Amino acid sequence: MAGALARIVQGTKSHLGIAGPLVSITSGSVRFQQTESQGKTKYGPLADADRVFTNLYGRHDWRLKGALARGDWYMTKNILEKGTDWIVNELKTSGLRGRGGAGFPTGMKWSFMNKPSDGRPKYLVVNADEGEPGTCKDREIMRHDPHKLIEGCLIAGRAMGAQAAYIYIRGEFYNEASNLQVAIAEAYQAGLIGKNSCGSGYDFDVFVHRGAGAYICGEETALIESIEGKQGKPRLKPPFPADVGLFGCPTTVNNVETIAVSPTICRRGGKWFASFGRTRNSGTKLFNISGHVNTPCTVEEEMSIPLKELIERHAGGVCGGWDNLLAIIPGGSSTPLIPKHVCETVLMDFDGLVAAQTSLGTAAIIVMDKSTDIVKAIARLIMFYKHESCGQCTPCREGVSWMNKMIYRFVEGNASPKEIDMLWEISKQIEGHTICALGDGAAWPVQGLIRHFRPELERRMQTYAMTHGPSKAERLY
Amino acid sequence: MLRQPLTRALALSSSSRIAPLGVRRYAEALAQPEKVEVFIDDKPVYVPPGTTVLQAAAMVGVEIPRFCYHERLAVAGNCRMCLVEVEKSPKPVAACAMPVMKGMRVKTTSDLTKKAREGVMEFLLVNHPLDCPICDQGGECDLQDQSMAFGSDKSRFTDIHFSGKRAVEDKDVGPLIKTIMTRCIHCTRCIRFASEVAGVDDFGTTGRGTDMQVGTYVEKMFLSELSGNIIDLCPVGALTSKPYSFAARPWETRRIDSVDVLDPLGSNIVVATRTNEVLRILPRTNEEINEEWLSDKSRFACDGLKRQRLVTPMVADSRGNLTPVEWEDAIVAAAHAIRDCPPNKLVAIAGELADAESLVALKDLVNRLGGENVCTEQYFPMGGSGTDLRSSYLLNTKIANVEDADFVLLIGTNVRFEAPLLNARIRKAFIHKETDVAYIGPKVDLTYEYTHVGDSASIVKELATGSSNHEVLKRLQSAKRPVVILGADQLKTSEGSALLAFTQELALRLQDKLEDKEWKVLNVLQRTASQVAALDVGYKPGVGAILQDGPKVVYLLGADAGVVTRESLPKDCVVIYQGHHGDVGASIADVVLPGAAYTEKRGTYVNAEGRAQQTLPAVTPPGKAREDWKILRALSEVLGARLPYDTLDEVRHRMAEISPSLVAYGDVQNNNYFAQARVLAQSLQKPVSGKLDVQLKQLEDFFMTDAISRASPTMAKCVQAVLKQKQSPY
Repeated sequence: MAGALARIVQGTKSHLGIAGPLVSITSGSVRFQQTESQGKTKYGPLADADRVFTNLYGRHDWRLKGALARGDWYMTKNILEKGTDWIVNELKTSGLRGRGGAGFPTGMKWSFMNKPSDGRPKYLVVNADEGEPGTCKDREIMRHDPHKLIEGCLIAGRAMGAQAAYIYIRGEFYNEASNLQVAIAEAYQAGLIGKNSCGSGYDFDVFVHRGAGAYICGEETALIESIEGKQGKPRLKPPFPADVGLFGCPTTVNNVETIAVSPTICRRGGKWFASFGRTRNSGTKLFNISGHVNTPCTVEEEMSIPLKELIERHAGGVCGGWDNLLAIIPGGSSTPLIPKHVCETVLMDFDGLVAAQTSLGTAAIIVMDKSTDIVKAIARLIMFYKHESCGQCTPCREGVSWMNKMIYRFVEGNASPKEIDMLWEISKQIEGHTICALGDGAAWPVQGLIRHFRPELERRMQTYAMTHGPSKAERLY
Repeated sequence: MLRQPLTRALALSSSSRIAPLGVRRYAEALAQPEKVEVFIDDKPVYVPPGTTVLQAAAMVGVEIPRFCYHERLAVAGNCRMCLVEVEKSPKPVAACAMPVMKGMRVKTTSDLTKKAREGVMEFLLVNHPLDCPICDQGGECDLQDQSMAFGSDKSRFTDIHFSGKRAVEDKDVGPLIKTIMTRCIHCTRCIRFASEVAGVDDFGTTGRGTDMQVGTYVEKMFLSELSGNIIDLCPVGALTSKPYSFAARPWETRRIDSVDVLDPLGSNIVVATRTNEVLRILPRTNEEINEEWLSDKSRFACDGLKRQRLVTPMVADSRGNLTPVEWEDAIVAAAHAIRDCPPNKLVAIAGELADAESLVALKDLVNRLGGENVCTEQYFPMGGSGTDLRSSYLLNTKIANVEDADFVLLIGTNVRFEAPLLNARIRKAFIHKETDVAYIGPKVDLTYEYTHVGDSASIVKELATGSSNHEVLKRLQSAKRPVVILGADQLKTSEGSALLAFTQELALRLQDKLEDKEWKVLNVLQRTASQVAALDVGYKPGVGAILQDGPKVVYLLGADAGVVTRESLPKDCVVIYQGHHGDVGASIADVVLPGAAYTEKRGTYVNAEGRAQQTLPAVTPPGKAREDWKILRALSEVLGARLPYDTLDEVRHRMAEISPSLVAYGDVQNNNYFAQARVLAQSLQKPVSGKLDVQLKQLEDFFMTDAISRASPTMAKCVQAVLKQKQSPY
C-alpha cells in the first residue's frame, strides 16, 4: 500500500510545484519510494549547464570575484534565512550521499545534529585529508573553487546550528591550503562569513587546520583527535561524533565534495540534484580516472554512468584499447578490484558497485591494463596500509603487516597455494574487527585480488616451483 | 577544567565504571535509573543503562577475555580480544566499550565470537616472542592463559624468509620495573594507569603501526610512588619486577594474606614466600583501603627483611660491645636491669612497627611492675580530651569515602608520600568527581592541582574562627561533603594542641551544618602503623617529659625513629632493645632481644581509620628471633610478674578487654563524641604563628622511612635513581 501510494506521489511529484517539497518532507520513505520506479535508463553524459564545479580545471579566476561570476555566494542569505529544516529537507530530497567513501545520506547526518542543545557548542568538521591513493577530487575543489567549499561550510553549519567549521586539510596540500586560506580571508572581508555572515544574523567562523599527512587522519574520529592536538588514533564508537566529537562537543564530519555541492543543491533544489543518477545514488560526482588510460583526468559526471563509457568518453580509453584492460579499482585503493568482464557493464554508483562486490568509495578509478603485475600492484597497496596503520588495535597492527609479508612472497610465487586461503582468512580476521575502517580498507584489496585473480596467483606459484623447487612455505605450512 | 580526556569523561559518566566493585554508601544514595534487560547467552540480566556488555556478562558469571580492559582504568578498546557477537549486528562488537541496549542479545560462545577471539589471539602472538620459559610472567601471564583458553591449537606463521618477529629496544624506567618491550602487546594499561592513577604523563606511544612502541620517548625514570602497580597491570611479561626478576615461578611460592605496616593505611597484601624467604609482596584487593594498588615502599621494601636483621640475643660486654648470647642470658640480663630499677624510672617506648599484641604485653608488664611510663615515639597533644576520644586521632571519614568528598582540605600533610593510596583516592575524586583540593603547608607535588592556601598555621585558626576571607572558607562552607585532613606531624610542635583544637573546631563547624549527618569531616592522618593501636591501648604519645626525669632503664620496643639518643639518657641507664632490625634503637642498646618482623608473626595492626587487621606469619623469624609478645611473656616470668597469657588467643582476649575494636578484624567503627572533644579543646585555641612543614617533600624522601625500608637495597637504589633523574634535563 505504501509502495503504491509512493508510486503515485512519485509520478506526480515534479508537477506538484509548491507542494513538492512538502511531499518529500512528510514521506519518510523517499529513498524507498524511488527504488520502486526507475524512470531513467541512460545516465550521462552530464550537460555543461548541470555541472556544479564549473572551475574544476582552474581555467578561470578562483578568487572571490571569479567565484561570484560563477554564481557562488548568490542568494546565500536567502538560503540561510530559510532555516535549518528547509536546508536539511532539501538535502534529503536531493538524495546526496556522503562523498568521502561510506556514502551515508547527508541530509540524515545533518539532522542528527538538531537534537535539543545541552549548552555545548556544535562544530562542523570538513575532512580535506584526501589521502586515499588514486583520489584527487577534493584538491581540485580547494585550489580552483575554494569559495564553493566555504559557502558550503556556512550552509551546512547553518543547517546543523554549528558555531564554526574546521577544515582539516592534508599537510601535503600546501597550495590548496594557501588558496583556501586566501579565499577564507576574502570571505571574511566581504562579510560572507564571520559575525553576521552574509547579513543573516548568523555568526559562523571557518578555520583551516593543516594535518601532517597521515592517512589515518582521514578517519573522522582520528581527524578529530588530530585537530585536538593528539595522536591521530581513531576513537571508539559509540559515542559517535554527533554526540561527543571535537572538543567533546557534537560534531559532524563531512567530505569536502559533500559540503561543496550543498550550496548548489540549495540553490537549484534538491529535486534537480536527485534527477541525476539512479535512485538512492542520485547526483553528480567527481570521478578521478588514473592509471593506464590515455588522458587521465578528474571529471564531474552523472552518477550511475557506465564505467566503460566514463573511461572512453573522458579518459580517452584504456591504453591499447578496451581489450587491453586487465582490471579496475573503482573507488580508491581500499576498494576491491574488478576484472574486465565486470567493468564492461558495471554502473558507477553505490549500489551498482556493491552488486559487483566492490564499492564506490571516493570514485577514484585506477585503471590497470594487461602490462600490470596485478599481484605486485595490490602488494604495494598493502604496503601502504601497513605503513599507515595507526597501531592502536591488534588486528590491523599485526594483521596488515602479516598480509604484507605474505603477499610479497606471492608476487614472486614463493608460496604454497594453501596460503591463498590462509591470506583470505587473515583478511577476514582483520575485516570488521578493528576500531576504524582502515582495517577493512586494507583487507578488501587482498580479497578482490583473491576473488578474481586466484588462477594468476596459482600460476605464479607453479612457475616458481618449477624453477626453484617447491617453496619452503609448502614444507612449513 | 578538563581533568581527564573528554571523550573518556563523557563515555564513563556512569559511576559504576569508576568504582565498580566498591560498595559506596554515598554513591548509592543517587537515584538509580531504570534497569534494562539484556540477554547474555540467553540468560537474562537486568543492568543499569550505561553498563558495558562485558560488565553485564560478568554479572551472570560469563567471563569475556580481555587484555586492555581494566575495571579501574579508562576503556581503551584496542586489544579487540573482547569481541562478541551481538544479534542483529553484522560485525562483532568490543564488549568492553559497548554499552548495553534494551533487549540486546549477546552470544559469547557463538562461532563468530570464537573466530574473532581466535583471530585476535593469533595476531597478538604473531609478534610476541616465544620466550615463556625465560619470562618472569610465566604462570601468571594473561596472554599465556588466554591463548590456552581461546587460542588456536596450531601455528600458521610461515616466516620462510626468517625476517623474524618484531623486536623493540627495552626502556629504562628505573630500578623497580624491568621492561622487555618486545613482549608488549600495546594494551596501554600502563599508560592509562600512569596518567590516570599515578598522575605521571610521561608514558605514551610513539610510532605507528607495527612500529608503535610504548615508552617515555626520552629515557626517563617512572617518577611515581605507585609505579610498581604497572607490573601487576601488564597482562604480559613486558613490565616485570626488577628486584624479583628470575627469582621464582608463581606456582613455587606460598602466598600468605597479610597486611602492610610501612604506612598508616594498612594496605592488604599477599606475601609470596619460598624456602622461608619473602620473595615479593603483591597487593590484595580491599575496596575499603587500597583497592588493588600498593605503594612502591610497601611492595619493594621486602628485601629489607633479609638485611640488618637481629638474629640472636645480645648483651653488651665489659667494653660495651654487643656480643651474642643465649636467650636465657639475655633475658636474665634484661630482668636484672629492670628489677634493679625503681618502677618510675622504667620507661618503655614503642616504635612504629610494633603490633598490638606486644604493645599490650609491654604495657601490662610495666604496669605489673608498678610503672606507668609507656609511650610511643610519635607525639600527640594530650590537652583537652587528648587521646581519650578516638575521633581525635583517626581518619574518621574513612579512606574509601574520601572518593565521595566534594572538597578536601589538607593541613600540613603531604598525603602523597605519607599515605600514597589515600592520595590516589583523592586524585580519583579530583579526576572523576570534580572534587577540589586545598592545601596548607609548604608547596609539594600532590599529582593533582590544588589551591595552595599558604604555609602558616594561623590560616587554620582563621578558617576555624571564620575570620578568613580566603575563598577556601567559602568553598568549605558550601561543600556538601567536605573533608579536612590534618597531618599528625604537625602536632609535634608546641603549637600542636592549638592546631588540633582549631582543626577540630573547623571540622565540627562544617559537620554540624551538613545535611548528611553520617558524614565525618575531621581526620587526623597518623604517620605510623602502630600509633593508633598504641593510643587505643593507652600509651602516652611522645617521650619528651619522661626522658627528662633520668630513667634508669629504657625498654625500646622497635623504637627506631631516633627520638631516644644515648646523649639524652643518664650514663648508667640501661637500654634494652627488642625488635627485628639493627637500626637506630639497637645501636644504643645494652641488651638486644631479637623480635619478629611483620611477615613473621600473627600480629594485630590498627590502621589510620581505626580498622584492626592482622598479619599472618609467612616465614619464621630468622635465627633465634622470636615473636615479640612471647619475649615479653618470658621476661615477665623471670621478673616474677608473670603475664596471665600463654597463647595468642589469650593475648587477644586481653586485648578485647582493653578495647573490643582491637580484635574486630576488618571492621571499623564510626566515631562519635566529636562535640565533646570540641568542647574540651576549646580552651586550647590559642593563637598560632608558626609555619607548617612536612617531613616528606620529594619522592626521594619517600623510600626510606623506617627500619625495614632503610635496610632495603632496592629502596636505596630508588633514592639514587630519583636523585639521578633530577639531574637529567628531562
